[in-house]
Amino acid sequence: MMRVLLAALALVLAGPVHAQDKLPPAPYAYRQLDDPAQEARAKALMDTLRCLQCQGQAISDSDAPIAGDMRNQVRLRIAQGEDPEAIRAWLIERYGSYVSYKPKVDALTWPLFAAPLAFLTLAVIVLRKRFAKGRVA
Amino acid sequence: MIANFGLAALWLAAALATLQLVAGGLSLRRETPALAGLVRPVAIAQGLLAAVAFAALIVLFWQTDLSVKLVATNSHSAKPLLYKIAGAWGNHEGSMLLWVTIMGLAGGFVALVERRLPEPTMLATLAAQAFVSIGFYAFLLMASNPFERLDPPVAEGQGLNPLLQDPGLAFHPPTLYIGYVGLSIAFSFAVGALITREVSPAFARAMRPWVLGAWIFLTLGITAGSYWAYYELGWGGWWFWDPVENASLMPWLAATALLHSVSVLASRNALRAWTVMLGVVAFSMSMVGTFLVRSGILTSVHAFAVDPTRGSFILALLAIYIGGALLLFALRAATVTEGQRFAVTSREGALVFNNVMLSATLGIVLIGTLYPLLAEAMGSKVSVGPPYFNPMGAVFVLPMLAVMAVGPLLRWRRDAMARIGKRLIVPGVLALTAFGVMVALGTGLLPALGLTLAAGLLVATLLPLAGRRLRTVTLPLWGMVLAHFGVAVSLFGMAADSAFTQERLVAARVGEIASVGPWQVRLQSIMPVAGPNWTALEGTLAASYGDDGTPAILRTQSRSFWAPVQQTNESALHTRWNGQLYAVLGEEAEGGRWQLRLWWKPFVTLIWLGGLLIGLGGLLALLGRVASDLRRLVAIDKIAYRRERQGR
Repeated sequence: MMRVLLAALALVLAGPVHAQDKLPPAPYAYRQLDDPAQEARAKALMDTLRCLQCQGQAISDSDAPIAGDMRNQVRLRIAQGEDPEAIRAWLIERYGSYVSYKPKVDALTWPLFAAPLAFLTLAVIVLRKRFAKGRVA
Repeated sequence: MIANFGLAALWLAAALATLQLVAGGLSLRRETPALAGLVRPVAIAQGLLAAVAFAALIVLFWQTDLSVKLVATNSHSAKPLLYKIAGAWGNHEGSMLLWVTIMGLAGGFVALVERRLPEPTMLATLAAQAFVSIGFYAFLLMASNPFERLDPPVAEGQGLNPLLQDPGLAFHPPTLYIGYVGLSIAFSFAVGALITREVSPAFARAMRPWVLGAWIFLTLGITAGSYWAYYELGWGGWWFWDPVENASLMPWLAATALLHSVSVLASRNALRAWTVMLGVVAFSMSMVGTFLVRSGILTSVHAFAVDPTRGSFILALLAIYIGGALLLFALRAATVTEGQRFAVTSREGALVFNNVMLSATLGIVLIGTLYPLLAEAMGSKVSVGPPYFNPMGAVFVLPMLAVMAVGPLLRWRRDAMARIGKRLIVPGVLALTAFGVMVALGTGLLPALGLTLAAGLLVATLLPLAGRRLRTVTLPLWGMVLAHFGVAVSLFGMAADSAFTQERLVAARVGEIASVGPWQVRLQSIMPVAGPNWTALEGTLAASYGDDGTPAILRTQSRSFWAPVQQTNESALHTRWNGQLYAVLGEEAEGGRWQLRLWWKPFVTLIWLGGLLIGLGGLLALLGRVASDLRRLVAIDKIAYRRERQGR
C-alpha cells in the first residue's frame, strides 16, 4: 500500500517538473503587469495564496511550476479587471480553501477568530482585576 | 567501534539520569545525606556522558563512517568538512542527541555552580531536570537511535539537502537548541520551587541568568534563521509564518515574558505565581516546537498518522511534562501568594501589561499554528498565514510596544504620568511626523503604524540613559536600553521593508539594463562555474545607484547539486546604509534571455541589525548579572572567612 502511494506521489511530483522541461513557463509567471497599480493588486493577492507544492510558502515566494502557473492566472485575471477577492474565490473553488492563507469565518474556522477576542477579553479582565486589588495605599 | 562507544555512553547517561531522579526524589522525602550528596556529581557526570555520545557522533560524521545508518542517509564523502560535521545535527536523530547533550550539560552546570538556593529546592530542581532528560533519553534510545548500524555498510552516502549546505544553517539549529533547552533549566527551577514552595526573589535571581542566556540564543537563532530564509529562498521574504518559524517564535515570546516577570520577582518580590507559570509555559513551548518540527506532523498529518511511533512518543512526553507541571502548579498555586502589590502607573504595571500582551500574542501564534493541524485531523484543510497573523498579532504587539516607550521611565510601585510626560514630547513629535509622512505616501495601515511607533521608540528607548553619567550606568541597564532600542530598529526595518520594497521581474539578454527603484542593473555575463559538489550558471550584474560613479558587481548563481540532485538559486546582495539590492538569476527564457528577479529593499537590514542589538543587550544584562552574582559570592566568602578567624 505504502509503495503504491509513494509511486503515485512520485508521479504527481514528477508531472509538473517533466512538463516544465517541455513548456516554457506561463507568460506572467515571471513577468510583472505593466500597470503598477494592477501589479500591486496582483502582488497583494499573491502574497496571500499558498503554493500547493511547497511547504509554507506563498505563490509569490516560490519557484515551483504550479506557483508560476497560479501567478500567471492571477496576473491575467487582474489585468482583465477582475476583483482580487473574486479571483481568490475562484481559486478556492478550484483548489479548496487550503489555497488561501486568509481563512474566512465559517463553521470550521470560527475558533481562530473567537480566540483573539477571548484573549482580548481575558487580558482586560486580568489587568482590571490585578489593578483593582492592587491599589497601593 | 566508535558507534558502539557512543551508544554505551548514551545508555550510561540515561542510567545516571534515572539515578539522579531517584536520589533527588528520595532525599526530598526524607533527609538522607548520602543520597543527597550523590545528586550534584551524578548530574555533572550525566551531562559529560551525553557530551561524549554527541562527540562520538561528530567523529562518525567526520570520518563518514558508512556503517552507521544515520551517516549513510545524511552524509556523503564528497561533502565539504564543515557540512560533514554540521550533518551530525542536521537530521532528526542527531538533533535530538544534541538536545539531550545540551540539556545534560546545562543541568550539570547548574549542579556545579548554583549555591544560593535552599538545598531542598536545588535537589527538587535537579530531580525535575533529570525527569525531563529521562524522557528524551528514552525517545533517543527507543525510537531514534543515532548509532544504528548498517550491515553491510553502503558504498556511498545519500548526501545532505543542498538548501542546508550553508554556513549560517550549520550553526542555526544548535543556536536554537541551546535556547530551547536553556529554558528547561527555568522549567526545572519552577517545578523545584513549586515542590518545596520556595518562590522567592532568590529563586528569581537563580533562574534569571538561565532565562537570559536561553533568550539570547533564541533571539540570535531566530534572527539568523530569518536572514537565512531571506537570502537562501531567493524571493526576498524574511518571515513566512511557517510553522517551523513559529515553533521558534513561541518559546521566544514566552521567554521574553518570563524575562520581564522574573525581573519583577527578583527586584520587587511580586508576580510570584505568574513567574512560575511562565517558567513552565516557556519550556512547554520549546517542547511543542520540537514536536512540530521533529514529529513529521507538518509535512502531513496523514503521514504522521501512518507512522506515528516518533510523533506519539514526543506527544506522550509533552503530555507527561506539560500536563504534570500544570497539575503541580494547579495544586500548589493557592499556596504561592502573588506577593507585593503595586499601582497601575508603575514599573510593575507596565511589565504586567507587557506580560499579558506577550501571552496573548503567544496564544495567537499557538492557535494559528496548531489550528490547521487540528482541522486536517478532522478532515478538512485550512491555511493560516500572514493575513491572519499580522493583524491579529498587531492588536497586541503594537500597544505593548507603545507601553515599552514609557515603562522603563516609570518608578517601581507607583508613579504618575505627569512626572514623565515632558520627556515624551520629542518621541511623540517624531512619531506623529512619521505617521503624517506615511499617510501622505498612502502606505498600508500596519506599516504606517509600525513606522510611527518605531520612530517614537528610537528616541524613547534611549531616555532611561538621559541625564545620567554614562560611566555610572550599570550593565543590566545598558542591556535593557540596547535591547529595547534594538526592537525599535528592527520594527523600523520591518515597516520600511513592507511599505517601500520595489520589485522587478525581467527576462534580460546579456548587456541589457533593468531598473528597480533607484537602481540601474546591467546583466554583464552568464558563465558556468563549478563547486565541490555542484555546478552552476553564474550571472554577473553591474548595478549603479542613482548617479553614483562605480557600479557594484553582484554575482548570482543558479546551482545544480548532484548529491542529492537539487536545484537552488543563490541570491546576490548589495548592501548600502539605506537598504539592500537583492538579485536572483532564474531560468533561461526564450530568445537568449535570462529571468532576473530584482528587489530594492529600503532599510531591510535593520530587521536583523535590530535582532543583533536585542541579543547584544541580553548579553550585557547577563554579564552584569553574573558579575554582581560573583561579587556577592566573593563578599560572602570573605565574611565567612573573617568569622572563622574571629572564632579561632
